[in-house]
Amino acid sequence: MRKQQTRTIKVETLARVEGEGALYVKLKGDQVQDVKLKIYEPPRLFEALLRGRHFSELPDIVARICGICPIAYQMSAVHAVERAFGIAIDPSVRLLRRLFYCGEWIESHALHVYMLHAPDFLGYPDAITMARDYQSIVEQGLRLKKAGNRIVALMGGREIHPVSAAVGGFYKAPSKAALKELVDELKWALDASLATARWVAGFDFPDFEQDYEFISLSHSQEYPFNEGRIVSNRGLDVDASEYEENFTEQQVQHSNALHSVLRGGDSYMVGPMARFNLNFDKLPEVARQAAQDCGLQLPCRNPFRSIVVRAIELVFACHEALRVIHEYEPPPRPRAQTLARASTGQAATEAPRGLLYHRYEIDQDGLITSAKIVPPTSQNQRRIEHDLRQFVSQVATRPTEEITWKCEQAVRNYDPCISCATHFLRMHIERN
Amino acid sequence: MSSKVKRRPRIGVFKFASCDGCQLSLLDAEDELLGVAGAVEIAYFPEASRAMLKGPYDIGLVEGSITTYHDAQRIQEVRRKCRILITIGACATAGGIQALRNWKDVDEFIRVVYATPKYINTLKLSTPIAEHVPVDFELRGCPINKHQLIEVISGTLAGRKPNVPTYSVCMECKRKGNVCIAVAQGVSCLGPVTQAGCGALCPSFDRGCYGCYGPMESPNTASLSNQLHILGQNNAEITRAFRGFNAWAWQFRKAGEESERT
Repeated sequence: MRKQQTRTIKVETLARVEGEGALYVKLKGDQVQDVKLKIYEPPRLFEALLRGRHFSELPDIVARICGICPIAYQMSAVHAVERAFGIAIDPSVRLLRRLFYCGEWIESHALHVYMLHAPDFLGYPDAITMARDYQSIVEQGLRLKKAGNRIVALMGGREIHPVSAAVGGFYKAPSKAALKELVDELKWALDASLATARWVAGFDFPDFEQDYEFISLSHSQEYPFNEGRIVSNRGLDVDASEYEENFTEQQVQHSNALHSVLRGGDSYMVGPMARFNLNFDKLPEVARQAAQDCGLQLPCRNPFRSIVVRAIELVFACHEALRVIHEYEPPPRPRAQTLARASTGQAATEAPRGLLYHRYEIDQDGLITSAKIVPPTSQNQRRIEHDLRQFVSQVATRPTEEITWKCEQAVRNYDPCISCATHFLRMHIERN
Repeated sequence: MSSKVKRRPRIGVFKFASCDGCQLSLLDAEDELLGVAGAVEIAYFPEASRAMLKGPYDIGLVEGSITTYHDAQRIQEVRRKCRILITIGACATAGGIQALRNWKDVDEFIRVVYATPKYINTLKLSTPIAEHVPVDFELRGCPINKHQLIEVISGTLAGRKPNVPTYSVCMECKRKGNVCIAVAQGVSCLGPVTQAGCGALCPSFDRGCYGCYGPMESPNTASLSNQLHILGQNNAEITRAFRGFNAWAWQFRKAGEESERT
């Protein structure tokens, strides 16, 4: 009889994720004993350092939490402050913010689909190696990423940490003519996104489904970016101001990122799959048709198919960007006047990786007295560990090297951003 | 002529406390990326590849500041493995925004963020890489400019000094034909003391420069502080202006502390 061996599978540095993390899996025979996603990214303590800063500095400072999704941080921050002060923004500013977010989603999703996730499905260590066999596809991915970056750079001066976002609107609004210059490339990007969806839909997906609680914003008329109620597939339906009554953060010894869970202690999923399942009917026809052609069924519960969902969101974001540019008229003033008053404001917006919650308390001089920021990866962290626990038992009989790669892929399903969450990845699989 | 095939130079990309934005600049160089990847061997770049080759490396690009004991040890090891060490971005060259803890009680900071502070190991200060090991070139910016990054890599590979200007943002404003926002609109602007490289972005967007490229070569911060006073800024506001993404760079640190004292 074969002895029940204990094996530890360790990935010391998880690759193709943003930030520093490690993965640790302990197996006894083929039974999973323990799974830990260790986040050792050093804490940068943003919520503490924001105290005493002026509200007008928030969009610049919180952008620095994440170089991949700075706009998400800027958007949650400006909306939280506007809600605190009771500022109404101009409808054109609202449109511009949707366009700004389209740029970030296109850039971030194209990066993840082509550079970070696709190599797992095709068996390459990275997209640069993959380009030796798939040069035109990788070039297509880079051009798509650049199309998103062009929107961000046009509206904010640069791709990373753009400088235009302000409480009340923008420091400067683009002209109609400037935005029109993006149209041809975005038309190409829409076609390229449809091609992306067809390409990734042909990958092999492990047979793996979980019963998730999906959480995302939901808006009566649109696929969500900056506005909407926080809803789930299990009946949650609350305003951002009620977020902290429904979710709580827990600290675990093995991670510098807090785990966000539902008040009852359950894990949940945020991000493209949650948005897609909860807001499918708000997608434009072209995206819904593409989803159908890709064989996506509602609800999608296989996290490995998140790459297809991300491609569908690329289709949506390109289509939405073109719609906004078509409708846009510059606002009379780029930003509304802001008068500080002692107040508290909360807001949640949809970062590429999922719901991003901010709360600020502000004094009568406009200085921050307390801040709370809950990034998407904090919210998905517990769920990633649950996925891994289930998934490892499915593949436990395979060679350690194969389990390791598959586990990394299962983590990358979530496009985790560890820089955000500690503000990640090494892997250990333990068997002896 | 040597019959040996010339080995491509090996590059490693190393991350410390940071937002990942500066190393992302390499992936954001969409037009150049495959070209760069052909000219050099990207041997260690965990954000982009799961293949991680052991050193030594010809060039090490270091992003992020030192904030933990473990990282203070790790940077020594990285330095030993890299023939040329280049730091990229405000975190690596000046300690980053996380250096705001350097004027505060870090234990109190941890208590604000974490329920069980004892699980968290961190140093009292966030410090630039050059405070720990010798650095061959510092590329400034929060984030760095990707074209400057390509210039630094190609210049270094060619054995010449990279062409990265150390004059102020004002020069870039003049070249772009921007009307001076401080003079014409009375807006607080750090342009006169901040190193060029961004392309005078903020003044081009109708706002004052917030100093994300750090101090220029010879900044007259005292004179700028006086001007900011004349524009109606109080000492707390001037201190905050210098205490941004390059707060721990010594010229900004000194300027911030002077306005805090007065």
